Amino acid sequence: MTLHILNTSPSDRNTFLTCALALAEDDTLLLIEDGTYWLLPQHRSELARVPARVVALAPDRLARGVVVDNMTEVDDAGFVELTVQHDRIVSWF
Amino acid sequence: MIYTLVVHAAPYQSAAAGTALRFAKAALAAGHDIHRVFFYRDGVYNASALASPPRDEQNIPAHWQQLAQEHGLDMVVCIAAAVRRGVLDAGEAKRYEKLHHNLADGFELSGLGQLAEASLHSDRVITFGGQR
Repeated sequence: MTLHILNTSPSDRNTFLTCALALAEDDTLLLIEDGTYWLLPQHRSELARVPARVVALAPDRLARGVVVDNMTEVDDAGFVELTVQHDRIVSWF
Repeated sequence: MIYTLVVHAAPYQSAAAGTALRFAKAALAAGHDIHRVFFYRDGVYNASALASPPRDEQNIPAHWQQLAQEHGLDMVVCIAAAVRRGVLDAGEAKRYEKLHHNLADGFELSGLGQLAEASLHSDRVITFGGQR
């Protein structure tokens, strides 16, 4: 189980696509910083195609005014907890 | 768990330095240990004593210093990345014949070996990346 942390916005598609290729079914993709812009409605269908569980860092999403419903989110403490639960961690930036 | 944080991002240019700081606080609050914070590439600007942001903005270098003081954090700045960007301690200023030095208190210039050692010693290494 690997935790993938993505902090780049949809204006940088390559980083997302490279990350998506590396995702396995039991991995988690954590969207942080500008990565939370992938939750905008126009990008949701693409995001839905990744095989991994997708989680957002709530304070970063809220800071950018991105509105979602029915989304798994964590706060900073939850971010730390995700890094405890996964023994491998990759940052995509 | 034992953590090492690697900060590649300068403060203010991207959100990553601030995220690293938040993560460090959350990890310490949860009872984890931070073995080292390693500042690499543009992340070395987190260690400038001359950063003077407007008063209503976060002073990220000062926040690192405060956190380090409270928790005895080991904050290492990559010496090769720092010197070429003009972040010098007194010894490097002398070596390069510069009149001034600006490495903030609480930070130390050292080599990549410190990152390798930290990786071996830590359960988790988390990278906070800025612009490539």
